[in-house]
Amino acid sequence: MPAALQTEKLCKTFGALTVAQNVDFRLEAGARHALIGPNGAGKTTFVNMLTGALAPSSGRILMNGEDITKTRQAARVKLGLGRTFQITTLFRRLPVLDNVALAVAEREGIARHMWKAAGRHNAIKDEAMALLATLGLADDARTPAQDLPYGKQRLIEIAIALGLKPKVLLLDEPAAGVPSTESERILQVLDRLPSDIAILIIEHDMDLVFRFAKRITVLVQGEVLVEGPPVEIAHDRRVHQVYLGEQHHA
Amino acid sequence: MSGYTVDARIRWTEWIPFVVALAAFFLLPEYLALGARILIFILFALSLDLILGYAGIVTLGHSAFFGLGAYTAGILSAKLGITDAFVQLAAAAAAAALLGIATGAIILRTRALTLLMLTLAITAILLEVANKMSSVTGGADGLQGVVVAPILGLFRFDLYGKTAFLYCLAALFVGWWAVRRIIYSPFGAMLTGIRENGARMHAIGAPVYWRMVLIYTISATMAGIAGALIAQVNQFVGLNVLGLEPSGDLLVMLILGGVGRLYGAFVGPVIYLSVQDWLAKQYPEYWYFGVGALLITVVLFAPGGILGLFDKCLPLFRQKSSARPSAR
Amino acid sequence: MILYVISVGLSVTMGLMGFINLAHGVFAMAGGFILSALLGRYGAPFPVAVAAAFLFVAIGSIVLERLLYSRLYGSGELAQVLFSIGLILVSMASARMVFGDQAARVFLPDYLRGQLHFLGRDFPTYRVFIIVFSVLIVFGLWFGVERTRWGAMVRAAVDHRTMAQSVGINTRLLFMLTFALGSGLAGLGGALGADILPVQWAYPFEHLVYFLIVVAVGGLGTLRGPFIAALLIGIADTACKYWIPEFGAFLVYAATIAILLWRPMGLFGMRA
Repeated sequence: MPAALQTEKLCKTFGALTVAQNVDFRLEAGARHALIGPNGAGKTTFVNMLTGALAPSSGRILMNGEDITKTRQAARVKLGLGRTFQITTLFRRLPVLDNVALAVAEREGIARHMWKAAGRHNAIKDEAMALLATLGLADDARTPAQDLPYGKQRLIEIAIALGLKPKVLLLDEPAAGVPSTESERILQVLDRLPSDIAILIIEHDMDLVFRFAKRITVLVQGEVLVEGPPVEIAHDRRVHQVYLGEQHHA
Repeated sequence: MSGYTVDARIRWTEWIPFVVALAAFFLLPEYLALGARILIFILFALSLDLILGYAGIVTLGHSAFFGLGAYTAGILSAKLGITDAFVQLAAAAAAAALLGIATGAIILRTRALTLLMLTLAITAILLEVANKMSSVTGGADGLQGVVVAPILGLFRFDLYGKTAFLYCLAALFVGWWAVRRIIYSPFGAMLTGIRENGARMHAIGAPVYWRMVLIYTISATMAGIAGALIAQVNQFVGLNVLGLEPSGDLLVMLILGGVGRLYGAFVGPVIYLSVQDWLAKQYPEYWYFGVGALLITVVLFAPGGILGLFDKCLPLFRQKSSARPSAR
Repeated sequence: MILYVISVGLSVTMGLMGFINLAHGVFAMAGGFILSALLGRYGAPFPVAVAAAFLFVAIGSIVLERLLYSRLYGSGELAQVLFSIGLILVSMASARMVFGDQAARVFLPDYLRGQLHFLGRDFPTYRVFIIVFSVLIVFGLWFGVERTRWGAMVRAAVDHRTMAQSVGINTRLLFMLTFALGSGLAGLGGALGADILPVQWAYPFEHLVYFLIVVAVGGLGTLRGPFIAALLIGIADTACKYWIPEFGAFLVYAATIAILLWRPMGLFGMRA
């Protein structure tokens, strides 16, 4: 049974700097998998390679058994790979509905059409609205994204990704920078994500990680330190060292 | 203005430009030549707004398509004796489209300064070519004898410019309608997306590059048609349809009116060309100075152009007259 | 070579401040006019006049920068392009109003006129002087940028402005001074080149494309880039006009396109 997403000996170097080294990684279908590691471990670089925003120096990436190492970013999205960004990357001046509708339209192939007015494409609008409703954003549909509080903006990030009906979803620090009053909503949304999507979440917030993940991979300085269920990771001494060591230096 | 939350039906205020144009036709018969020129530039400005205001492509080379359209129509008529107006338009459109897709495919892989430079270089090359191939283009003296057969066999281009004006108005109407359709469509929403956040567009699987080439080509085609119109109306093509000047002028007009607002492309040329007609002949230095100063002022204080200022003032009016539907 | 002196300032400004300043030619023109006025009306000695051209333009540019340019630093490409076009128009109109249609006349001192006899051929003295001077400037700039602290700060700020700020570098002051240097160099170039590229009111616009080509092809923010580019363009231009006069400037443009497509950041540009 091929993994939803998989890497084999993935490496990335920038000149003399090695950011990823022989990373072997498996994301199973329907997984709830977390990627953790100290700052600078190379987590976002890894995600960028997975989505195709960055080309690896060597190694392979496979999706459902297909080699996508050379596939472009947009094509990977069409294959079912969605992501959210650590730094909120929205269409800030556009209404929330448009943010999501653009994604839905892309998926449906409607984005190319020049004839009928966008406002009359009810199928797209309805689907986008339904998606917004499940995330509690329905009332904000017409508000420009930049006018909403940060927590809701992070939710829009997720909404856009969901609009693509991904089979694999990469969430880059979904709760980052969100005040604790609003992060509970995000956690609820994460809990309710469809179970057939394979989800990889990068996070620093350990509470979120241990609540959400069924498997955890620990990345340190571009290499996989250890991988396993949360219970094992929580008790792994090397992991403690990595994080405690961090605290001493910080 | 584009997007999924917007109502795309034509509001009554959108007919105003055409009503004004028709009124001008009847009330200002001495100014029809200027009027036709304004109409042509509005069409040209619309084509630029498509890529500048909606897709966010900054170019100083749009005159390349304008000039190519003009010379195609002109050469077809003066050198090859083909005088049917619509054949000339079609040929100009085709030529401009070809240039658009060829250059767009190449330059849209770059951004910012490099893109700007390439657009400048391309239009400069075309200018050189037109200059040197004087047997075909008339070189620095210009191409004389551009003849247009009566349109639909009925309407001859008269001395007063009546036919020309209405002809251009019709062309503008078609162009306006087409641009409007595009802007309000999902494609238009997508273009706005590219302009607003290119990275996000990539991340939702949009083939950004090809979409930009497409809109660039469409824009080029429109500009080419505008160029053909000016050749047909003036019955002459000079080197000044190419090069930096028309591109620069157009940019100023569009900024003046307001970028990305569809009707900025109407307001800008009307004001710019009218004032230019009045001032520039008498006081050329003051004209340039004024335009320059105006440009600086607009950029610093009113980046949305005149329509942008309207937008800011409108809430003030709305507080006074409560239930009037907005003009946007 | 004149192209180089004028354009290197542009390269630095655009590379440093990320500001698309099409009005760079304005500073060159100003330098030319100042030199002409000083030499002609006030009879100042040549070196003094040249230095003065540099200084006045540099100071003038600071005023402009504080008042106008600095408001547009974050504004995006379009705004900057438009602003600089506006500035060009205003300056050209003013120049025309003040100086009329004549080109600025530059009276070279005797020791710079005539010919130098060298390697069996005659070279115009002035041109040799300019070449030597340009090379000196290259070295001066290179030294300044690579070796001094100021240079290091400039390079840091070009690479990453916010980082530089958080390290305590006063980027505002830095930008102001560097802009002044860049514009001053333009003034210098305009002044020195007044003999070869006549300075009159349409100057900034006429040569705009060439300045931009030198900068874009050479690479923003570099010193060597514009040097090589100016060299190449000068050679190509002369060669073309000599061998295939029908095509004139055509080849330069075609070459520009080719080079930019091959190396979008310029020959020596940073992120190539």
